[in-house]
Formats: sequence, C-alpha cells, structure tokens
Amino acid sequence: MPAIDGKALILAFSALGAGMAMIGGLGTGIGQGIAAGKAAEAVARQPEAQGDIIRTLLLGDAVAETSAIYCLIIALILIFANPLVRLL
Amino acid sequence: MEFFPRVVFYLKFLDYKVPITETVVVTWCVMVILMVFSYFAGKSVGKEEGTLQKVCAVFYEAMEEVLNETMGETASTYIPYIGTLLAFLLLSNLSGLFGVRPPTADLSTTLVLAFITFFLIQKESIGRKGLLGYIKSFFEPSPALFPLNVIGSFSTPVSMAFRLFGNILGGLIIMNLVYSALPLFVPVPLHFYFDIFAGILQAFIFVMLTAVFIATAD
Repeated sequence: MPAIDGKALILAFSALGAGMAMIGGLGTGIGQGIAAGKAAEAVARQPEAQGDIIRTLLLGDAVAETSAIYCLIIALILIFANPLVRLL
Repeated sequence: MEFFPRVVFYLKFLDYKVPITETVVVTWCVMVILMVFSYFAGKSVGKEEGTLQKVCAVFYEAMEEVLNETMGETASTYIPYIGTLLAFLLLSNLSGLFGVRPPTADLSTTLVLAFITFFLIQKESIGRKGLLGYIKSFFEPSPALFPLNVIGSFSTPVSMAFRLFGNILGGLIIMNLVYSALPLFVPVPLHFYFDIFAGILQAFIFVMLTAVFIATAD
C-alpha cells in the first residue's frame, strides 16, 4: 500500500471541510422560509402594502443570508485557493 | 479554475509588469457603455426631449421615489451616487449574459464599492453628531468596548462586499459546472435565474442596503 503524502491528505480533508462548511446554509434556508411565510401572511392581511412588504422581505433576506454567504466563501476558498497547502 | 479572474495582458510600467485581469477590461467596457449612453442621453437636454433622455428620466424618477421613502430628506444628496451605483451594478451583473466574467465576481470590485458606502456612513455620522460626538460614540457604553465598536463598524462593508461577491461568484461557478456537464439547452433557463434574476436582485439589494445604512447612520 503506497504511503499517503501530506498534500493529498490536506486536499482530501479540505474537500470534506468545504462540504461540511455548507451545512451552515441550513439555518439560512429555514430562516428565509419563515420570513417568506410571514410575508405571505402579511400580504394576505394587507394586500395594498405588497410593495413595502416585498422590499422589506428582500432586505431582511439579504441580511439573513450573510452567514450562508460566509459559509460559501469558506467552502470556495478551501476548494480554489487553499491556504493550508502552502503551510506544508 | 474560475475562482480567480483570468489575466488578459500585462501592462509594462517602468520595471514592473502590471497584470490586467478580465475584471479590469470588463469594468472599462461597462464604463464606456455608460458614458456613451449618458453622452447621447444628455445631448437633448434643454432641447426637444429625446428617447434616451426619457428613459433616463423614468429611471431617475423611480430612484427618487424609492429613495425618498427609505432615506427621507437626505435622499436628494445621494440620488446621483446611488443611481450611478445601480446603473453600474446592473450592467456589471448582466454582463455575464455576454459570456464575459462579471466584474462583481471579483472581491476587489465589491470591496471598493462597499468601502465607498463605509466612508459615506462615517461622513453622515460625523455630520449628524459632530466630530467629538462621533469619536465619543466609539467609547460607548464603556471604553472597554472600543475594539468591538470598531470591528462592528467595519463588518458592515465587509459583509456587503462578501454578499455581492459570494452571490455572483456562486452563480458563475454553478454555471461553469453546468456548462461542462450539460452544454446544450440546459444552461438557458439557468441563465435567467443566475444572471438576470440574481443579478438584478443583488444590484437592488446592494443599493438599498447602501441607502438604508446611510439613512440610519448615527
């Protein structure tokens, strides 16, 4: 059995880490779903305020998305610009 | 490898070779398009209204209406900057449709735009509280929280930059994966989502966040 060299090991675990980092998207998905549900309720109650509700929903979703975007950036860096390989 | 923008050519400057990336080239194309458009739209000012001028007037009135709602009396100061920002971001995000790399899929572009917003927030903050009140606000409620306050004010532009960058780059990478797996027909509806829908939405969100942060700076 050939010995595994350090670089291959780091790359393999980086790929696993990138996949695991995206678990952080879970919370954002749930949160945005709840926000969209509440917005639908609000439109049903006050159809004339639809424009304001959609704008508030989009802005709130954008801020709520931050954590998922950070997860995505970490995953992308682990895959495309891995800083750990250089430490070897 | 689509994470880093491609280097198109090198500019020789004294002893240095400055790399010119696809981002720079596409940004200049967007700028040229905007400037030529503005030149021809502005030609008819004061004379009989041209078609392009009418388009610009509709754009301006829509911006004015939205910004008056979100920013109140400060809106009139910022309509020129925020309108330009929206036009630039819209063209940048939609440039993916022409097969080039959107400039906003580069962290340099988005960080610079976000830091313009950051300085505008600080400027509004100083204008409202005075220089002393502004400095004092970093030591409230207790001087021990000074580092946290500084990090807090810097996290605004960083999160704005990463949001735009992450969304556009994520779409770009998914599109590249789809193109390498199923190059026929399948990418067409995905372009509608990743380039048109997400591009317009992210441009709108960046602009609205800029407006809201400037309006609520204190």
